[in-house]
Order: sequence, then structure tokens, then C-alpha cells
Amino acid sequence: MDIINLIIKSTFIDNMIFAYFLGMCSFLAVSKKVSTALGLGLAVTFVLTITVPVDWLLQEYVLKEGALVWISQDFAKVDLSFLQFIMFIAVIASMVQLVEMIIEKFSPALYGSLGIFLPLIAVNCAILGASLFMVQRDYSLAQATAYGFGSGIGWFLAIIALAAIREKLKYSSVPNGLKGLGITMLITGLMGLAFKSFIGIAI
Amino acid sequence: MSTEVAETEVKQEKKPSEALLSKRRKKIISDPLNDDNPVTVQVLGICSALAITIKMEPTLTMSIAVTAVIVFSNLIISSIRNLIPGRVRIIVQLAVIATLVTLVSEVLKAYYFDMYKVLGAFVGLIITNCIVMGRLEAYAMANKPYDSILDGLGSGFGYSWIILVVAFFRELFGSGSIFDFKVFEAVGIQNFPTNGLMVDSIGAFMVLGILIWVQRTKTGYVEH
Repeated sequence: MDIINLIIKSTFIDNMIFAYFLGMCSFLAVSKKVSTALGLGLAVTFVLTITVPVDWLLQEYVLKEGALVWISQDFAKVDLSFLQFIMFIAVIASMVQLVEMIIEKFSPALYGSLGIFLPLIAVNCAILGASLFMVQRDYSLAQATAYGFGSGIGWFLAIIALAAIREKLKYSSVPNGLKGLGITMLITGLMGLAFKSFIGIAI
Repeated sequence: MSTEVAETEVKQEKKPSEALLSKRRKKIISDPLNDDNPVTVQVLGICSALAITIKMEPTLTMSIAVTAVIVFSNLIISSIRNLIPGRVRIIVQLAVIATLVTLVSEVLKAYYFDMYKVLGAFVGLIITNCIVMGRLEAYAMANKPYDSILDGLGSGFGYSWIILVVAFFRELFGSGSIFDFKVFEAVGIQNFPTNGLMVDSIGAFMVLGILIWVQRTKTGYVEH
């Protein structure tokens, strides 16, 4: 029950985009077409679901103070947590490389349309952000996996919804200065307002 | 590819030695402030631009931290740009950025622990701030160290003034204060009704959206 609750909470209430603004760059840049947004959303969800548990293992058995006790008791005082950023980003970069190879093999069309944004998942703040929040909140391994998955789904929903709205937006007349990024920010704000209505829902 | 570009540029620039602050170099700094702003025009670094702008003080800390990281990573990458093989450049860039951010984070932890607590995970998220990566990829990989420092300064300031303006409005209307100084009570307005939406993420989106509108109307930039 706790796990399901965490998935729902991280998807709707603590949504990566609307509550923490993480992953905004690709969220704004790749949301012009629903089909591309779908591909990127799936890729991000996949990377998040794998990366967060892997980072959890890394934090628990390598980085935390006294985490190296499983090798020898001499390491009880070793604290490698200052290496956290570098280790996490290395895990993320290699996961992204993996996803890139998988997509290139199985769906060249999607690979072409995602273009530069596929390698840029590595610098998608949502993924590093989820890993850092996971450490801050002391999740267990199962909770970390659920959190990664839920955040991914939340990000996925947000980018699909925005892409659908922006496809319709082509037919409306927006003031010149507001075209593109400006109107997108305002729409995201309104969508965030809608997502706020999920606050307080718990199973 | 990028190393070839770098080599040709070096050859061209060798003949006359340029003034320390020539017109071209001033332009490198001033362009990102307005016409080519990293946040409002290039759409980079939005994540942290919104997350920490509830109050002025953390925003100021963040803008200094980000500017420092951009300048130093630009300097380092630009100095070793001819040694980096094209295939692994992303990893090299990330390693340099992550090291610098770790330094910033340790300094904050040592000297400004309260601020470190407030910023929390967002210090670490400077690594994934697209501006840093974007400048390395677009500028530092193809230009000389001194120019890269100037470019880093320009981008850092361009980013800073946008997030400071956003933070100004969010703190003013959300908490009724500037740098925790109660402005409205000071000018004699008691019980100013603060707006909860401004403290929330929604206010950030709205303020930035309107700021982009104003700025683009001024510069005449239209996105298609």
C-alpha cells in the first residue's frame, strides 16, 4: 500500500515538472509534437526507473558514511559522500548511452526525431533530481524504485499533455512577443494549477 | 569536428594581438544579457531559475554559484579543448562540471550551512543546468580560454538578472518582503494580503512567462 501510495504521490502531487520544475529544458523544447513527446517521455521514464535504484545501491553500499563496512571493518569511518555528484552523473550518463543504443537499434525513426535531446537526457535535471531527493528522503530500495517510476510517469504525463495543447495552439493567434516560450510558460502555470487539485489525495 | 574549427580560428586570430576589452569582446559579454539571453531566448537553465526563486537571498547565492561554475568550467574545457576526443567529450564535460559543483557545494556546506540547507538538492542540480553544458558545447570547445571566460561571465550575468527579477516579484507579492525586509510594513501598509500562488510553483511560471513577453516585445524577437 505504501508503495502504491508513493507512486501516486510522486506522479501527481510531487510532479517533477509542476512541483519541482525539474527537466524543464527538454520539457519545453521537445513538446511541439505529441509523437516525439511520447518517445522522449518513455525514454525518460525508463532511465528514471533504472537509475534511481542503481543510485540507491551506490549510495547505500559505497558512498554513505560507513557504507564500505561490507569490505572490511577498517572502512567504518570512511565517508565518500562528497563523491555523490560525480558517481550519480556517471551512472546516469551510462544509462542514457544504453537507452540511446537500444532506441537506435529498434526505432531509427524515433532516434532521428529525438535528435540531440536523446543524449541530453543525461543532463535532464529530473533524473539527477530524483536521485538526490531519494537520498534526502531516506527511501528504502523498494520505495526508491517506486519513486523513480512514479516520477517518470508524472513527467511523461506532463509532457504529453503540454504537447497536445501546443499542437492545438498553432491555430490560435498569440501576441508576437508571447509566441513560443512565453505562452508555453503561462500554459504550464495553468496546468500546474490543475495538478494542485491532487494535493491531499492518499490511498 | 570541433577541434578543426578551433584550429582554423586560432590561425586567423594570431596576427594582430587584440585589445584586452575590444569591441568584439565587449559584445561577448553584453549579448547574453539581452538579445541572446540564456533563459528567455535560448530556453536554457529554466529548472533552477524557477525552483529557488521564492526568496531573494537563496537566488543571489544560486546566481553567484552558477556564474562561478560557468566561468571556471568554460576556462578549463577551453584550455584542454584540443586534447578532448570528440566521442567522449560529453563525459569529460560532465566530469569537469561535477567536480566544480562538488567544490561549490563543499564551500557552501562549510561557510553558509543555513543557505546550504535551504538550497538542498538544487546545489547538486547545477550540474544539470543546461546553460553550463550548453556554453561548453557551443563556445568553450571552439574558442580560446580568455574569450571563454568572458562568454561565461556574460551568460552567468544574463542568467542572474533574470532569476533575480523573478525572485524580486515572487518575494514581494508572495511574502511581502525583499531580502526578508518587510517592505509593505515599512511604507505604512499593514496586513498586506500576500499571494500564496506566488510562493507556489505556479507563480514562478506566470512571472517568468510575463517577463519573457515584456523582454521579447522590447527586443522584437519572435519565435516561430
